[in-house]
Amino acid sequence: MLEISGLNSFYGKAHILSDLEFSIDRGEVVALLGRNGAGKTTTMKSIMQIVRPRTGSITFEGTQIAGLPSHKVAQKGIGYVPEERRIFSDLTILENLEVGRQAPRNDTPTWTTDALFEIFPNLYERRHNRGKAMSGGEQQMLTIARTLMGNPKLLLLDEPSEGIAPVIVEQMAKTILRLKREGLTVIISEQNLHFAGIVADRAVIIESGEKKFDGSFGELEKHPEIRDAYLSV
Amino acid sequence: MGFFVAQLLTGLANAAALFLVASGLSLIFGVTRIVNFAHGSLYMLGAYFGITLMNILPGAFGFWGSIVLSGLIVGLIGVIIEMFVLRPVYRAPELFQLVATFGVILVIQDLALLIWGAEDQLGPRAPGLKSVVRILGEPVPQYDLALIAITPFILLGLWWLIAKTRIGILVRAATQDREMVGALGVNQSWLFTGVFFLGSALAGLGGAIQLPKGGADLLMDLNIISAVFVVVVIGGMGSIPGAFVASVLISVLNVFGVSYIPQSTLVLMYVVMAVVLLIRPYGLFGREEKAGEHGQVGEPDRPIRPAGLVGRSFVAVLLIGLAAVPFLFSNFSQVLITDIIIACLFAASLQFILSTGGLVSFGHAAYFGGGAYAAALLVSYTETPMELAFLFAPLAAGLLAIVFGWFCIRLSGVYFAMLTLAFSQLIWSLVFQWYDLTGGDDGLVNIWPSEWLSGTTTYYYFTLIVGVGGIILLRHLNHAPLGYTLRATRDSARQAEATGINVNVVQWTAFAVAGALAGLAGGLFVFSKGSIFPNELEIGKSFDALIVVFLGGVKTLSGGVVGAAFMETIKDWLTRLEYWRLILGLVIIGVVIIAPDGIVGSLRKVSEKIGLRRTEEFMK
Ligand SMILES: Nc1ncnc2c1ncn2[C@@H]1O[C@H](COP(=O)(O)OP(=O)(O)OP(=O)(O)O)[C@@H](O)[C@H]1O
Ligand SMILES: [Mg+2]
Repeated sequence: MLEISGLNSFYGKAHILSDLEFSIDRGEVVALLGRNGAGKTTTMKSIMQIVRPRTGSITFEGTQIAGLPSHKVAQKGIGYVPEERRIFSDLTILENLEVGRQAPRNDTPTWTTDALFEIFPNLYERRHNRGKAMSGGEQQMLTIARTLMGNPKLLLLDEPSEGIAPVIVEQMAKTILRLKREGLTVIISEQNLHFAGIVADRAVIIESGEKKFDGSFGELEKHPEIRDAYLSV
Repeated sequence: MGFFVAQLLTGLANAAALFLVASGLSLIFGVTRIVNFAHGSLYMLGAYFGITLMNILPGAFGFWGSIVLSGLIVGLIGVIIEMFVLRPVYRAPELFQLVATFGVILVIQDLALLIWGAEDQLGPRAPGLKSVVRILGEPVPQYDLALIAITPFILLGLWWLIAKTRIGILVRAATQDREMVGALGVNQSWLFTGVFFLGSALAGLGGAIQLPKGGADLLMDLNIISAVFVVVVIGGMGSIPGAFVASVLISVLNVFGVSYIPQSTLVLMYVVMAVVLLIRPYGLFGREEKAGEHGQVGEPDRPIRPAGLVGRSFVAVLLIGLAAVPFLFSNFSQVLITDIIIACLFAASLQFILSTGGLVSFGHAAYFGGGAYAAALLVSYTETPMELAFLFAPLAAGLLAIVFGWFCIRLSGVYFAMLTLAFSQLIWSLVFQWYDLTGGDDGLVNIWPSEWLSGTTTYYYFTLIVGVGGIILLRHLNHAPLGYTLRATRDSARQAEATGINVNVVQWTAFAVAGALAGLAGGLFVFSKGSIFPNELEIGKSFDALIVVFLGGVKTLSGGVVGAAFMETIKDWLTRLEYWRLILGLVIIGVVIIAPDGIVGSLRKVSEKIGLRRTEEFMK
């Protein structure tokens, strides 16, 4: 579904991603793992074209998306949930959802606010409140819900479990598994190996912007030296 | 009582046009983060189109139809400006965008002159609303009442659009985080263009709707823009209700000011603005701006370094050449070069806070003119010897900068720019309206240097020594602790603070130094001309300085000097052309889009390419 090859991204003169290469099939959940500063966020931003890769190819369902403006990438069906959440804090929850809304697509489920409120009941109770006074967990739910309003085929989740209470993390894991059942393809960036293991089928480990490992969690378990070298456990 | 009510109604009616223009500016700023200086020009175009259309279309229907049509036409012109001038510079630093809109002002001024001629045009009266109504015995024009009735509906309509529609939601979201809006699948380009259309159309409507109360002339653009800025800043940038409240406040204040303290009308507006900003730095309804939160950080600056051998030799040769000028050329060239050196010093002083400090001041003329006026006043009233009065120019300007700087440096970005503009307008309006002291428009004359300094050649050398001395001093300051810490505060105020730099004090000091040196240039100026007029304090003078620094190269040390020398040299020739504004405007826009490094920056790039100069390694 998504194929990345030879991807090089920079911030100014700093070379962040070097010849990154991986792909993901429809319906798969892949965990993008790596330490702080490994380049996980940059990878996601590069897919979204928020960071413009200098070279490399990114194809989504067979079409090249490298070089497209971000909104075109989103319109093709890639939904991005940023690490910093970036809620529109002056807008109400309903309005936040409205910003994310896109026309229905025929090959993915169409999300409505009602359907999302069913998954995230907390949001329903506060639907007329502004984004300002929300807890970290609520904000995280809102960003995911907002992105789902675009009816994405591929969801990029950047560290969804970061900075939220354990109960909510559990709820988050259930939600992701549910989205997977609905047929969504997901790339999830994580530092929490345990969480990643629960939700993802496969792990891609990067370090300093280079891919170091690509395989199932079972395989990763067999190579503790990889885990120790590239992940902070 | 009747008089009071009538005054109040006039004020409310005047608020209509001001609100339309201000809300447009505010809306555009909110989403695009661009302060559109050309917004006043759109207002002017609205007025001209309005008159033209009203002459064609008959009756009440034609009248109101013309107003709406003018709005639509101006909206489309706004779209053209957005697509061709601003789109290429959305990612550029703020200053570049501002300069591009300066260019647009110049272009529109000449196009209006070309199309409608230089003569002022009187606006037609509104059909069916030509007479007055007596309210408590006082005559109130019917049209005023119509305006008072219409304005709330426009406010309501805008409110509905912003609060209730999908477009409005997207606009508000984009005001906060436009990158995220894009990542959610919204085409920002069209959103921006749409907002520009709406904002421009509001300005055009404002221009057309005020016609029965005024008319159209070629000065409307700059005349309204300062009032609009005051309104937008008082109300809070990006806030429509704020624009409404502030328009009413300022208009009513003006009307009462005219009747009770006629000498102070202009001053009053800026005093109110300064007071509001002191109490609420981001305006009545504004929200705090965090620097850099909109992803507008430009590419990192190169490290500065002292001039190399080549540079030094070049400067030495240049100075020897300048010293030799009186032996080789006429008095006229000496006068010209005197002007050039003064302009260079003035530009260099602005560049010090602008480039090194990242403090975009829109009111630098206040210190140039302030210094000049201080010296001139001393000479005129106390018969102070010229030498002493001359010394007072930088002192007074420095003092002025210390006082104004104390207020200004507490703000940043656009608010800083606006407040500096307000203070310079305050000084200008004081000088302009305090006729008894300053001679107002007639200026102060007979301010000549002492015997030993008079004569073109002598004064030429005096200017050369003082002017070049000032420029060298500024250059050295860049390499001194003040320059280093100043750059640190520019690059990251927070980090600078964390390393123990007192950001406010450093910026304040730099502001004062820049003001003093601008005052020095003003001192040189007043004694070279023998007179001083309020136009040396005008917005235009501050804008010129910004443009000059920009053309020379913002990210260089010598850009201001080079740009000023370039502009002063070609100005004489350029202004002889009939449509020089058009040419200059297009050149400015072209430079912003094609060669944003300016003259010095571009030369540097070219010489690096052909190997004359080593490329600088940075950010390893
Ligand atoms: N805007 C930026 N400008 C310059 N360098 C940046 C920028 N954003 C990130 N970097 C650098 O790029 C590298 C990769 O950062 P990235 O945010 O992609 O890492 P990450 O794997 O997402 O880390 P984390 O787990 O902390 O989120 C880091 O070294 C970081 O310092
Ligand atoms: Mg990250």
